[in-house]
Formats: sequence, structure tokens, C-alpha cells
Amino acid sequence: MFKYLKQLTSLVAMVAVLFTFTTESMAAKKSKTLKNTQKKGFVRCGVSQGLPGFSNADAAGNWTGIDVDVCRAVAAAVLGDANKVKFTPLSAKERFTALTSGEIDILSRNTTWTLSRDADIGLTFVGVNFYDGQGFMVRKSSGITSTSQFKDGISACTNIGTTTELNMRDFFNSKGIKYEPVAFEKADEVVAAYDAGRCDTYTTDKSGLAAQRTKMSNPDEHIVLPETVSKEPLGPVVRQGDSVWEDIVRWSLNTMIEAEEYGITSANADMMKTSDNPAIKRLVGAEGELGAAFGLDNDWSLRIIKQVGNYGESYKRNIADTGILPDRGPNELWTKGGILYVPPAR
Amino acid sequence: MNFKLKDIVPQLITVTAVVLVFGFFTYNAQINMENRGIDFGYGFLSQESSFDVQFSLIEYDGSHSYLRAYLVGLLNTILVSVIGIIIATILGVIVGVARLSPNYLINKFAAFYVEFFRNIPLLLQIFFWYFAALRALPLPQDAEAIFGVFFLTIKGLYVPAFIWQNFSVFFNSIVAAIIAIIVIRIYAKRVQENQGKQIPVFLISIGLIFILPLLSFLIGGVGVSFEVPVLKQLATTSFIYEGGVSLPPELIALTLSLSLYTATFIAECVRAGIQGVGKGQKEAAASIGLTPNQVLKLVIMPQALRIIIPPTTNQYLNLTKNSSLAAAIAYPDLVLVFAGTALMQTGKAIEIVSITMFTYLTLSISISLLMNWYNKKIAIQEK
Repeated sequence: MFKYLKQLTSLVAMVAVLFTFTTESMAAKKSKTLKNTQKKGFVRCGVSQGLPGFSNADAAGNWTGIDVDVCRAVAAAVLGDANKVKFTPLSAKERFTALTSGEIDILSRNTTWTLSRDADIGLTFVGVNFYDGQGFMVRKSSGITSTSQFKDGISACTNIGTTTELNMRDFFNSKGIKYEPVAFEKADEVVAAYDAGRCDTYTTDKSGLAAQRTKMSNPDEHIVLPETVSKEPLGPVVRQGDSVWEDIVRWSLNTMIEAEEYGITSANADMMKTSDNPAIKRLVGAEGELGAAFGLDNDWSLRIIKQVGNYGESYKRNIADTGILPDRGPNELWTKGGILYVPPAR
Repeated sequence: MNFKLKDIVPQLITVTAVVLVFGFFTYNAQINMENRGIDFGYGFLSQESSFDVQFSLIEYDGSHSYLRAYLVGLLNTILVSVIGIIIATILGVIVGVARLSPNYLINKFAAFYVEFFRNIPLLLQIFFWYFAALRALPLPQDAEAIFGVFFLTIKGLYVPAFIWQNFSVFFNSIVAAIIAIIVIRIYAKRVQENQGKQIPVFLISIGLIFILPLLSFLIGGVGVSFEVPVLKQLATTSFIYEGGVSLPPELIALTLSLSLYTATFIAECVRAGIQGVGKGQKEAAASIGLTPNQVLKLVIMPQALRIIIPPTTNQYLNLTKNSSLAAAIAYPDLVLVFAGTALMQTGKAIEIVSITMFTYLTLSISISLLMNWYNKKIAIQEK
């Protein structure tokens, strides 16, 4: 009898341990970053020092751009107000240190997702908000219309601390062309040096070329060559080790893209609550308990769509209407011939 | 040995405090890096860097290691510092002496130069010399040849390259000339001390340094030819010079701004040094029959140097450290190549920043030691 009692006690103890373990892990879901963000009352977001269309501040200090909208979406989801974001402009060189050291909580700064960045330096990429590729800009008067006309001795201006520097080497090496890399710390200086005639070509992501071209003294004198020499999937990044925060940022971005897929816009989001389509109802919080998984209420995704808009609205507002890249190219939904495809929110 | 407790205790406390503070930061960094899944280590130095650098004194491309990239950056920093220090010293001495000139125009011009250049932030001056000069310089195809062989263009200064035959003979002839000059100087000093006779060492030295290398050309089989840069077309409006040696505009702009800026401070040191020597010294020297040249060389300068050297050492250190502003205009120095690109590509922030800091510390301390040695050499030797 005594023997059985002992076994029973250990069983009870085991169950108790298991139970504590489950409650413990449920509590841990409330992530440290989320808790800190809610306590502070704003999302700390790292952006570029000024790249029209992606993250750019106007004279009054208001930030706009599709990278900015990702942070606004997260703020709308976790704080209920898309304006509760503190933007920190960062150079390419500073950006990862700022994130890993905890100065910012989201890095949304046209950053290319690569294996070594994802695996090596304490970062996690949560998705892609712009599919880009590296290109070259030259002066129209040079008569160059294709990268195949590049010759030995060409000088190329670019930024330091980017994948561009590495791709440039791969590209020129594979073509067997000797080149002179001129790498600056800030994009504005790259543009100034190229514009002055220091370099024959300016190379960076094609979206960046299109945006920087608008800053040249005479934009019409320059063309972006048709070739794309690399894959540059740009997306938001978070610190490694806070999987709940990672999920929040990932699904804030996914919500914007999926909302476009189902035709939910900032204007019609409220009306969509009565839709017949359960997928739409889930996205606007009228069905299911999706927010609970991150420790958020059920209207988190509705707030994103209402305050920031869907991906298409953000693209149109920031990139198409500003004349940077009117054609969405690969950044069109998969249903319309592009490659934007996100997992379902359910 | 007679230690007193009250002497030791404060020192012990200081040492303990320093160790504790360092320990705390190291421990903190370790914990934080562990939490964020960042490894610490210097193993990356042997990995392939896979990025190219514009300008390098040693053979380098992206297939070399990060360690090699570090050396490239370090040598570029040393290059710009050494050239900068030499130009700043020459210019500083000239301007410093000019400020004491009785000639109104020279005097005021030197004063204007000093006040103008030392009161504008260095970074602005670097930007000015780089971007203003870039805008002002011609494109390669429009450049006028200077002396028929130099080309100053927006893409850099192109100079002819020397192509040597039997370079080692030429080099040895210069070494021989220098050794001969040292021997003659020692001999001349001894002759003067023993017999009071003066030997024209300066003229002999000049003769030697020219004649010996000249002999190497005439009978040593040394030959030199020049490779003059030639214009090459890359595209309709895009040209470049090939052959010869090209100095990137980034190097020129950086050297120019660093030396113009630092020379103002050195000029002030020189002026203070010369003014610091009492007027009586000069008059006394003249009264014992020394020529004005001898007065300057034997009486004024040895005393002035004692005042000039210590603050000038500071200026040399400043110039070396200021060279890190190179990153702003794409001159591939240590900060741009190593603490910039390499840091970004590896993400090893703590390792790379610590190496860079240690390197600048070593550079500065080396300059300091050298200058302290020189200072000691010219200090008053009490007999």
C-alpha cells in the first residue's frame, strides 16, 4: 500500500510539473519586446536616412514609404495607433548593430535577406516586402545601353556595407572586367560623386537607383540599364530570440498583403465584417481568435488595414504615385502575375 | 624597502576599481551576446573577404582574407598620415616663419591663412576639397597635359610610371651616398672640435647625393624609362587614362585638407617656439661674430625646437586620427575598409571595433615614442 502511495505522489508531482511548464510557456508567449513596446507606448523602428518610396522624411519630419508602413502596421496591431512609431534613421553600416544592441526593435530599411545575415549575426528576417535586384545607372550621353558594353577600367560608385559591394565584385569578375570600386558611407555622397562625373556607373538595388535618380541635378540625363545582376529580397528584420515579436511583425506584413489579395482596403474594411468569405472575416477580426496567439486582441489586423491600408494601397501611395517605379513587376500579387504570396491567416 | 600602508591602499583601491569596471562590461557584453546568439571570436579574419577595395598598396582583391583587407586599410591610413605629416610640417614651418616676417604682405597673408583654415571644421574642408574640386576638375578627355605627361582629372591624377633597369644598383648607390654623408659629418665635427677648421659639409653632401646615383646611370648600367598615361575610351563620353600611376582624387583631397588644416596649428607652434627664445640670445650670438645663418642654426633653432616639438607631436597625432574622416569621401582607410565594409559583412562589431581602436592606439603611441625620443635628444643636456 505504502509503495503505491509513493508512486501516486510521484505521478501527481509529474503532472504538476507538466502543468506548471505549460502555464509557464503560455506566459512566456507575452514576449519581452512586446511587453517593453506596450510599456513605452511606441514601436522603435530603424529606417534609412532617406530613400524616397521606402523610408523618407519630409520637411516636417513625417516619415513615409513602404518600409515605414511595415512599422506603422506593427504599431497599429500592438498599440492601436499607426502613428505611435519612433523612427531612427540608420546608415547601412549601423543598422544591424542598432538592432542587435536593442536600440530598435524592428529594422525596416530596404535590407536584403541573405543566409549569412539571417544565420550569423543574431538577426531574423520575417518576410519580404519588396522584391528587388541590383542594377546599374549610367549617363545617357555615354551611349551605354547594356552592361555588356562595360569595359576594363570602368569606375563604379556605391555604398559601403551592402550586398551591392559583394554583388558588384561577383558581376565584374564573372565578366572578367577590371573595375574601380568607389564606396561611400552615405547614399547622398554616392549620388553627388556620380553626378559630378567621378564614376562611370552607379550601382545599387534598382528601386534605389530609381529613387536616387530623382535627386540628380538633371534626372533625364541618366538611365538605369535593363540588366538585373542579383536577387535582392528586401524585408523587415528583428532580433533573434523573441519568436512572438518575430511572429507579430511577420503577420503584420502578411496581413497587408493578404488584405490586398481579398480586396480589403482601408476604406471598405469595416463593411467586410459581414462578408460571406470566412478568410475575409478572419482578416477583419469578425471570426476566429487569431490575435490571441500573439497576446493581442482580435481587431489587430483590422486596425492595420484601416490605419495603414493593404499592400497595394501602400505601394501606390509611396512608390507608384511618386513616379519611382509605376510598374509593380514582381511585386504584384501571385494572382496577378507577380510573386507576392503569403501563407494564409487562419 | 619601506612601504607605508597609506601609500599602498589608494593604489590598490584604484586598481580594483578599474578591474571591476572592465570585468563588469566584459561580463555584460558576454551575457548580452549570448542572449542574442552572437558568437565572439577572431576566426573570421582568415575567411575570404569577397569585397574589392579601390586603392591598395599591397596586392589585394576579394579572394584574399579579412586580415589582408585590414592590412590594406592600415597601410592606406599610414600612407595618408605620413604624406600629410610631411606636407603639414613643411608648410607649417614656412607659414610659422612667415608670420614673424617684417614684410607686411607676407606677414598678413600667413596670419589670414592660419585664422581661416584652423577655424573651419575639418570635415567641411574635406567635403569642400573633394566635391568642389571634383566639380572643378575636367573629365579625362578634356584634361590638358601638365608638362606633357601629368593629367589632373576628375578621376584622379595620372603620372608617368618609372620603369627601371638594374634598380638595385641605383638603390645601393643612394644608400652608399647616405652612409658617406654620415661618415663625413662625423669627421667634420671631430675636425672642428680638434682644430677649429670648418668643412663645407652641406655642399659635399649635396654633391654626393647627386653624383653617386648619376655614376650608377653612367657606369652601373642603370636605366629608366617612363610609361606615360594614355587616354582610353570606355564609351561615347566615358574615358580613362591607362598606364602610368593613378592617384585617386579621394587620396589627393584627403591629404590636401589634412595638411592644410594641421599646418595652421604647426605654424602656431613654430611661431611660439621662435618667439620663445629671448632676444638677448640672438644679440649675444651676433656679438661673438656668428653669421645670421649660424645664429639661426646654432643658437635660435636648438632652443626653439624644445618649445616646438611637444605641441607639434600632438598635431601629428591629431592628423593621424583625423585621417579616419576618410570614410566620408570614399578613401579606403582603416575605418572605411575594416570598421566599415568588413564589419558589415561579418557583423563582428565588438571584435572589429576593438581591433581598430587598438590599431589607432598603437599608431599614436608609436608616433609619440618617436617624437619623445627626438625631444629628449634635443633637450638641454646638463653637463
